[in-house]
Amino acid sequence: MPVAHRAPTPETPPRPRPDGSRAGAATSPWRHRLDRKVSPYAYVAPFFLLFAAFGLFPLIYTAWVSLHDWNLLSSANPFIGLDNYRELFADGYFWNAAFNTLSIGVLSAAPQLVLALVLAHLLNRPLRAQTLFRITLLLPNVTSVVAVVVIFSQLFGRDFGLVNAFLDLVGIDRVYWQAHVASSHVAIATMIMWRWTGYNALIYLAAMQAVPREIYEAATIDGASAARQLWGITIPMIRPTIIFTVIVTTIGSMQIIAEPLLFGAQVSNGASTTGGTDRQFQTLALYLYEKGFRSFEFGYASAAAWVMFLLVVVVVGFNYLVVRRMRGGLDV
Amino acid sequence: MGIPRTGRRITRLLAPMVAATLLTLTACGGGGGSSPASGDSAAPAEKIKLTVGLFGDFGFKPLYEEFRKTHPNIEIEERQAAYADHHTNLAAHLATGAGAADVEGIEVGFISQFTAQPDRFQDLRQYGLDKRQGDYLDWKWQQGVGANGAVVGLGTDVGGLAMCYRTDLFKKAGLPTKRDEVSALWPTWDQYIETGKKFGAAADKGTKFFDSPGEIIRAMIAQAPVGVYDAQDNVVVASNPDVKKAWDLSVQMIKDDLSAKIGAWTPEWNTGFAKGSFATIICPAWMTAYIQDQAKNAAGKWDIATVPGGAGNAGGTHLTVPKQSKHPKEAAELVDFLTSADSQAAVFKAIGNFPSIPALYDQPDIQNFTKDFFNGAPVGKIYADAAKNLKPQHLGPKEGDVRTAIGNGLGRVEQGQQTPEQAWAQVLKDVENIK
Repeated sequence: MPVAHRAPTPETPPRPRPDGSRAGAATSPWRHRLDRKVSPYAYVAPFFLLFAAFGLFPLIYTAWVSLHDWNLLSSANPFIGLDNYRELFADGYFWNAAFNTLSIGVLSAAPQLVLALVLAHLLNRPLRAQTLFRITLLLPNVTSVVAVVVIFSQLFGRDFGLVNAFLDLVGIDRVYWQAHVASSHVAIATMIMWRWTGYNALIYLAAMQAVPREIYEAATIDGASAARQLWGITIPMIRPTIIFTVIVTTIGSMQIIAEPLLFGAQVSNGASTTGGTDRQFQTLALYLYEKGFRSFEFGYASAAAWVMFLLVVVVVGFNYLVVRRMRGGLDV
Repeated sequence: MGIPRTGRRITRLLAPMVAATLLTLTACGGGGGSSPASGDSAAPAEKIKLTVGLFGDFGFKPLYEEFRKTHPNIEIEERQAAYADHHTNLAAHLATGAGAADVEGIEVGFISQFTAQPDRFQDLRQYGLDKRQGDYLDWKWQQGVGANGAVVGLGTDVGGLAMCYRTDLFKKAGLPTKRDEVSALWPTWDQYIETGKKFGAAADKGTKFFDSPGEIIRAMIAQAPVGVYDAQDNVVVASNPDVKKAWDLSVQMIKDDLSAKIGAWTPEWNTGFAKGSFATIICPAWMTAYIQDQAKNAAGKWDIATVPGGAGNAGGTHLTVPKQSKHPKEAAELVDFLTSADSQAAVFKAIGNFPSIPALYDQPDIQNFTKDFFNGAPVGKIYADAAKNLKPQHLGPKEGDVRTAIGNGLGRVEQGQQTPEQAWAQVLKDVENIK
């Protein structure tokens, strides 16, 4: 708990007066006070102005659009109240997309974060060529997502894919990866893990370096094994970071679109926006894309975007609660 | 505010706010600033840059140079994007009133969606292009006309259907290889299936009769007098017996194991061309260039026969001028030039897109035009015949979405996800939801 609460504190202590002495006698008290009161807002203003223009306004405008029968091309967009939402909640394909998103999210996020933790733990010790290892971890992340998906789609190719060639070799039946729900989710989760495991490992590593070495030394003297130290010291000490990565990863996995889109493009043109011939791997973001940018139904897509936003909030909140309750062996 | 110190202080205080406001303003300006500037035609001497937005190569590059001979002040820049992206972006650019090119190509799969919104485009009648109506195949001309009679787009090419086939694979399977004999094998789709079965019995394991049923069902539907939409823009997939017949034939082809199960326009499809994974493929005129490009190693092995089931059209494009174009007059002139009979003939000879101007069809330089890649096939004669026999079909506003639903249905059958009956039921349900 105390660790988790540390984040907001920097705002609360009384601000130091860096320019108090400099401004000195020349400035009158009210101007000084005005400066003290207004300047901080001025300094943070750029962000908030930009956020208002590119974050808040689109958010509210999307809500407004979602109440209309708004076709991208037509000039008349009649107001229809909550009809889009009613239609959306009755649309089985929307819930199918929600399920796929969650499924792919869990399949990719859970192994990814565990693996990242282990990798970070392994790297959190004096090693030769440390920088090399760390850069290597980040490499998959800086690779363009299109390149990653194209290459993985070839690996998972039905006729000439490497994975199927290997399965053939060990005597297992070939898999048509795009044809089935489970297999397509596994394939897409693999692509996501490939890109994001190293990134999360680096964040964990940074947090681990801030854990005081004395605690480990004491634990070593007490005879704790490396695994025990990971579980008993490292994880509780970096819990805020874990919470952060869980939230960021959850948000990220709720927005997966490029992977299923390009993965489906291996089946046919039409199956790429529908995420497979039977929507086996159509995610929420892809569903939104299909409605908004293939059918040009912006009102409906906006409604989907808002429901998706609320779902993200719910899922992130749930994950936050779960992770916050996670207890290690060390009571800090 | 006499004291300079205070002035500086306030400057320091305001600077970030002003900067941020300016940033925001300029950002908005990028979106809204260049709103439609209508009609103010520039002085002839003024330097003008026209942009042309297309999907893929239309073979226009040499034509631009020629256009510049009569319009030395005009510079032309061509932008190309992938098929689906191009039309998506165009819709977005039209909706926001900014970002569209001066001349935009629109494929027939999308054309009625756009002509339904004629106010987003320049009415080309303003620039006298209605005089071109007589040049065109009537149905092609009508496709470019908006709901209110405005001329939204002028046609470039038509996609008369033909069937390309691999002579070497046919020979191996003991089938005739001469194009007339091959055409005689399959006057109907049933006979095409029979030929496919013979081929399958004799061919290598890695080679199938065709790529996937997606393009074939599209062709079969295109051959019917009424397709997926009736003349009043109602979706008639459920009630049109021709659509169901095309579906049943496609299912039959899957059952008979004729399909290589490789979707069109996928990376595996490109590999399939190179590896010779399929022996026949539906090829509208514009596809010949694509085959030539993908199957470089099979030059001279491809040939072109007539398509089973009669003439039909698949594909073709119109050139439009969005309302927001700053130089609509010059853009219209460019459209007129690029779609002229001479230009269309030149494009056909360069890359294969077949003209939509019937007066060209019987001209000797078209009739006698052959392609070595296709074993010297007289492509001019083949596609001229295909275009002449065409019966026009009305295309509806969401043609693409309906086709996707049908194609996905066949995909589910092919992947073994559903029985044909289940898949068809789901197609009908999907199509019902397309508004």
